[in-house]
Amino acid sequence: MSHVNEDDLVLLHYREDAGADAQAHLEGCAECAERLQRLARTLALAEAPDVPEPGPDYGARVWARLQPQLGLPEPTAKVVPIRSRFWPRAVSVAALAAALVVAFLLGRRFPDAPQPLSAEVRERVLLVAVGEHLERSQMVLIELVNAPADERMNVKAQRAVADELVSANRLYRQTAVRSGEDSLVAVLEELERVLVEVAAGPDALAPQDVAELQRRIEARGLLFKVRVVGSQVRERERELAPRNVSSS
Amino acid sequence: MDDATAVARARAGDSDAFRLLVERHSRALFKLGYRMTGNEQDAEDVVQEAFLKAYRSLDRFEDRSQVGSWLYRIAANCAFDVLRKRQRRDSRNESLDVEDAPEPQAPEPGPERLALGADVRQRLESALERMSPRERAAFVLRHFEGRSVKEIEAALGIDTTSVKQSVCRAVRKAREVLAPLAGAVS
Repeated sequence: MSHVNEDDLVLLHYREDAGADAQAHLEGCAECAERLQRLARTLALAEAPDVPEPGPDYGARVWARLQPQLGLPEPTAKVVPIRSRFWPRAVSVAALAAALVVAFLLGRRFPDAPQPLSAEVRERVLLVAVGEHLERSQMVLIELVNAPADERMNVKAQRAVADELVSANRLYRQTAVRSGEDSLVAVLEELERVLVEVAAGPDALAPQDVAELQRRIEARGLLFKVRVVGSQVRERERELAPRNVSSS
Repeated sequence: MDDATAVARARAGDSDAFRLLVERHSRALFKLGYRMTGNEQDAEDVVQEAFLKAYRSLDRFEDRSQVGSWLYRIAANCAFDVLRKRQRRDSRNESLDVEDAPEPQAPEPGPERLALGADVRQRLESALERMSPRERAAFVLRHFEGRSVKEIEAALGIDTTSVKQSVCRAVRKAREVLAPLAGAVS
């Protein structure tokens, strides 16, 4: 038999079935044995990448986001300290918005099912929800960007809101992916990174952490992008509004 | 409560039992999702989607199976979906079909060799990015996760031959960029 081919060598390296001939040849061929060793040395360099630590309460956070999607009763409302005038409606609006997106997706997935809302109305409902979401996200970003970078910052309130916004953001992003809205997907992805970071972080940030967070938000021009996308969403929402009124 | 009991109770409508499974297995699924997608947000999506699918298919869970393995298979499949969607999105943007993309060329080493660890990570990352979704999924499951071809076949829903071919093509791509560092070009 000729020497073991590259693919069979790979299978032999992983102790998978490469056929009896390849196995038998390897046992009697020093050259192929050496090739196998070289392959093993090379692949030994390919170590699994480090996985970010999702935090000790990760399972609980997954459950909190999952529960509404499973159609199970909402978890007991947690007490959220409200520091800013911006926050009072954020939690309920985020939950409502997420529910609207689910309704929107259901409408798209089962177009033949009885549907009380037209596609146009559903689109507008979604646009309103996304617009609200972007506005609230903007407020979180503004508070973070404007905080003094040379002192410790209490972000408990922002953290609670970010935690709620992450779920809604994920749903909007997935909707946007399905709809092929690539520019919106890109902004929501960047936004989600920051929201996740804030939500998973501590209640208080050291000055260097504040500065680092601000640097990352500003380096990506994230606040600007969220504003631009928010205004586009509002514009589209306005375009749809008159037709809805006349048709109803 | 063990996993099998939790599944049985969840099947009977006990949401706390399902919650227990979520809290117990989320981290393992996140790790798998991250390794397969290389992205924290995608990993989060994988976890979320995997549990949604698991909940909806509780009735199809076979009692003789291990719950952890069942969830693992679902999550691997979700991660594979994420990779395929990402490729579709990227190809819309770049008109590049990764499946048919030319074999990657090993990056030229710089005038000064970078620290080996960082260089390896960078090269491996570039190789992973050049793999098709199927190659990447198969490679991660085989190489990083130590799963057998049979297990990968079950997780990704593709046949044995395709799994083997995908692993081999992925290894070729990884090898091309890593071989210079191992001093072992065969």
